[in-house]
Parts: sequence; C-alpha cells; structure tokens
Amino acid sequence: MVQEKLNLILLTGRTIEQGVGKESGKGTQEYFQSTTMVYMDETDMNKLELRNNDHVLLSTEEGSVVLRAVRHPRGAMPGLVYIPYGPWANAICSTKTTSIGMPSFKGTPVEVQPALNQPILTLKELLRKEFGR
Amino acid sequence: MSIVKSVTCPVCGCLCDDIELTIADGAVVQVKNGCAMCEAKFFSHNNEHRSTTPLMRKDGELVPVSYDEAIQKSAEILANATYPILYGWSSTDCEAQRIGVALAEEVGGVLDNTAVVCHGPSILGVQDVGIPTCTLGQVRHRADLIIYWGCDPWSAHPRHLERYTSFTDGRFEGSEWKSYINKVKAAAGKKKLRSLERKGILKERHPRVAPSVHDNKPPEILNKKGRKLIVVDVRKSMTAEIADYFLQVEYGKDYELIQTVRALVKDQELDVEKVAGVPVEYIQQLVDSMTSCEFGVIFFGMGLTQSAGKFRNIDVAISLVRDLNMRTKFAILPMRGHFNVTGANTVFTWQSGYPYGIDFSMGYPRYNPGETTVVDILMREESDAGLVIASDPVSNFPRRAAEHLVKNPLIVIDPHMNATSLVGDIVFPVSIVGIEKAGTAYRMDHVPLPLKKVVDPPKGLLSDEEILNRILNEVRKIKLKNLEVA
Repeated sequence: MVQEKLNLILLTGRTIEQGVGKESGKGTQEYFQSTTMVYMDETDMNKLELRNNDHVLLSTEEGSVVLRAVRHPRGAMPGLVYIPYGPWANAICSTKTTSIGMPSFKGTPVEVQPALNQPILTLKELLRKEFGR
Repeated sequence: MSIVKSVTCPVCGCLCDDIELTIADGAVVQVKNGCAMCEAKFFSHNNEHRSTTPLMRKDGELVPVSYDEAIQKSAEILANATYPILYGWSSTDCEAQRIGVALAEEVGGVLDNTAVVCHGPSILGVQDVGIPTCTLGQVRHRADLIIYWGCDPWSAHPRHLERYTSFTDGRFEGSEWKSYINKVKAAAGKKKLRSLERKGILKERHPRVAPSVHDNKPPEILNKKGRKLIVVDVRKSMTAEIADYFLQVEYGKDYELIQTVRALVKDQELDVEKVAGVPVEYIQQLVDSMTSCEFGVIFFGMGLTQSAGKFRNIDVAISLVRDLNMRTKFAILPMRGHFNVTGANTVFTWQSGYPYGIDFSMGYPRYNPGETTVVDILMREESDAGLVIASDPVSNFPRRAAEHLVKNPLIVIDPHMNATSLVGDIVFPVSIVGIEKAGTAYRMDHVPLPLKKVVDPPKGLLSDEEILNRILNEVRKIKLKNLEVA
C-alpha cells in the first residue's frame, strides 16, 4: 500500500565512499555525493513509491534535511534508514548523550517522505542555513 | 623520482606500515599496498582543498593574515576565556597532543578528543570491568575465530581483514582468501545470470523479489576447519557479505543478544524461542563455534557504542569474553577509528590520569563523562571559546551542539578546509602529520609506531606541534602580564 510518509529509525555510520571523500577533502564532489544520500530498505522505498536517487525529506525533533534515497544494496533492513556520517546526517541526529557524553548517532526516530522537487543543499548552503556563515 | 618503503599510513586505527610511495618533484605520485582511503590521503597533500595561509574572520569574511597575528589573537582568546574547549587531537601525533595537555592546563579549559563520539563508551566499559585483550600480531598468527560485532571493517578499516585477521597468513593459521574468491565468483555468476534474464536472453526463471530479513540459518561452514569469520550487525554490511555467517540482530537489542550468548556459554537453558529476532538454536550454534575454537577474538565498533545501551553493551561484551575464557582462549578489541585516537587517550592518560573529557577549570584535572565531555558542555552552552585541532566537529557533532561552538570565538588548526574551518574565526594551515611531518602514533591495539616525513610541506607552513607551542608561549606571557598588572 502506498503511504505518504513513514516513521523509521535513523542510523548513521561509515561507508568506504564517505571515507575516501573525507580523506580527499570535505569540499570535494566525492564527499558531497557520498554523504548526501540515505540507504533505505527496498520495501520501505516501495511503500513511498520511491525510485533510486529520488529526493526525500527526513525530519526529526532536531530538524530536517533533503537527501537522495538509494536502495540498500545488500540484504534487508526494514524500518531502518542509514546515512553516512557528515554534516547532512548530523543536521537531524539526536543530541541526547544519556549522560555519558555520546550523542545517539544511531537510533533517532525519523519521518521520511518523498520530496522530489526539493534540492539538496551544498555544504556552504547548509552551513549558511545552520550557522549563518 | 624516489621510492620510500615501509611508510605508516595516517588514516585509520590499523596504521598499516607497509605502504610504498613514489615521490616525484616533491609530490606523492604513486601509492602501493594502500587502501582507497590511504591513497586519497597521500594524494590530498597537494590538492586544491589544502589551506596554505592563516585566515582570520574580519567583518564576517575570512581574510589572510600572518602566522604571528593569528597566533597572538588565538593566545588572547584562550587566555581571556573562562571555560574554553580544546577538542580534536586524534589525527595528529603524540608530540602535539602532549603540548595540548599543557595548553589546556594553562588556560583552565576542557580537553577532549574524538573518542567522546566514538569509543568513549568503550573506555567507560573498560573502566567498569577491565579488558582481556591482545595485540593484532597475536590475532594474525593464532586466531581461528574472528567476530566483528557492530562494525564494518571493509568500509572503515579496509585492510584490517587482509593484514590482521581472516585474509592473512599467520604462523599457525592460514588465510581464507581462497574461499572468499570462490564466494565472489559464485556471486558474479549469479549476477550474470540475472542480467541475462533481465535482457531476455535467458527465459526469466526467478522473478525479482525484495530481500527480507530471512531465516538466517548458520551454514554448515561453521563446522569447517581453519579461520572462521562471523559478523553480527543490524544490516548486511560489506563485511557481512563476505563473512562465513552473518547474524542479523534487531536494532537496539545487542545487549539482550550478548546476555543470551553469556547464558548459553554458561550452559543455562532458555524458555524463549527468539532473542533480538534470532532463534535461540542459531545463537546456540554461534556459542558452539565460540566455545570450540582455540583462540577467538571479538572486534566491536560503533554498532555497540552508539546504539541504545552504549557503554552497557561494551560492559556485557567484555563480560562475555571473560566468561568465554573459562572455556577457551578469547580476546576483545575495539576498532579505533582515527589513526591516533588511541594515542590521544594514551597521552592524555599519562599526563592527566584520564583518557578524554578532562576539565582543568579548577586548576587540577577532573573527569566526569556526561558533565565534562564536550557535547554536553556545548548543549548546556557553558563554553566561551573553542580550539579545534585535527578534526571536524561541525561535520561530526549533532547540529545543535555545533551551534554553540560556532557562536563563540573558534580557532581551527587543520591542513584542509573543512566544515569547521569554513565557519571558524581563526584558521591555521599546517603540515600533514605522517606525510610532511614525522611523529608517533598508537595503533588500535596500543602499539606505538613511527610516522614518516616523505615530502616537504608547502613553503612556510608550520606543524601542529610548532603552532601549539607558540600559542602556549604567548598564553604564558599574557598570563604573566595579567599577574603583574594585578
């Protein structure tokens, strides 16, 4: 059944593309491409009628961000979305440290909806929006 | 053109020390033996994203200034701040970290390293229950069961498997490279068939269905001889794909699963059928391969430290290894991320007694994670200045925490432009440790290794160590002057 939005769990983590991007330089196209995407389970993408590389809007208590949805290439992970570490992932990550200093980079509840016509902000646009610099 | 051998790679906690570089006209032109990240790092020393002049924010814009002016201004900011944050440290050498401790003490600030958003919970776990561990050399030569729990070395530590675990020929255990090649060939064959089916050359026999969290039965291969590789994760990572067995745990239920494994290791009976989405009989087979191995090792990563439970997950994982040592030989190691985050913890500990989150505001070191850790301080909006070195918290902290860092004067020391330097107030370019400056770094298993200088830094560029030393001297002068005035 087609749904307008889904409530899922946000995980953030490493990918090899993000690793290469961060070592080449955070201003590189590689870094931008590898960190402005979100891996989704195929069944969840079907529920939202999303195709590979469609834009989606992810919203949490902390804010919202537009990213490119990509089908997770291996196995299933229903109910989870996975964004590589970077300023885009952290725009919506939970700040709760449960009193031990570590924010909850994995496990923030997130609402996902298609945003086909909304653009993905570049690093400079994102920093200007968030910090005014 | 010259060739430099046995170079240590300054990227991840593996610190591979077999890199071979070809240098021509003062630049790295070829990298041998390295992974994709290693290659990107060695080539990054002369790319266009390198910063080469000190910058200072004037009227909202970053403008070039001299080192002297930037150092003087930074010293004034730090000396006059009441609660500055000194954060980062994991991608620089121990020599610079040592001066960082002196600077933090001098300015009465908070000294924290990237472990706080990485393996900080692991350190808390270790402080609770200790850790039965070993060096990676032991793993390479002796381990016949490798378990990666909540980590994906194929993506984050690409040569970990090849140098230290499954795909390396040790003295007593062989490489499993061949079985992996066979697996890859089989997968490639299947892919080819599917492609032929799609193109209509072959009559479609298997209509495509979305993958599901299927009945993940442990394969026969778990009874094989030789090294075994098991991956436990919430999603099928790259490492999970090549593992002999991939156990998919439900998100946030690692704690339950580890406690179940502990119960089974102690021969207790369970009255449930499934734990964390995994049938108990499968967990039993995992336990059987754990107790029947000669030397097993668990490597764990962010899957445990950043998920629900955090340091309690580590606590039980270490306790599991302690239990397993009653039956066979087992060890556990954290997969440290930055190349010298272990060094940062080590240097901070030998200088102040604590590994991270150290508060010098009372004049002596205090350590209370949750209170003296940098994200909590930023969320409480307590700091009034920041110095960030060799890291990028504006990228890697949750946005609201980064907001307070940016609101106050922010000094950034980094060889490349990144999100933090783009929003910083003073930006220092530096030579790259391990490429343009020699130093010392600690591998993830606490083995210190020398980093080499292979090319000269761009003309006039100082190192982290020199900049910190000069800031420290200026801070001392300002403090002395303030005392004299008082």
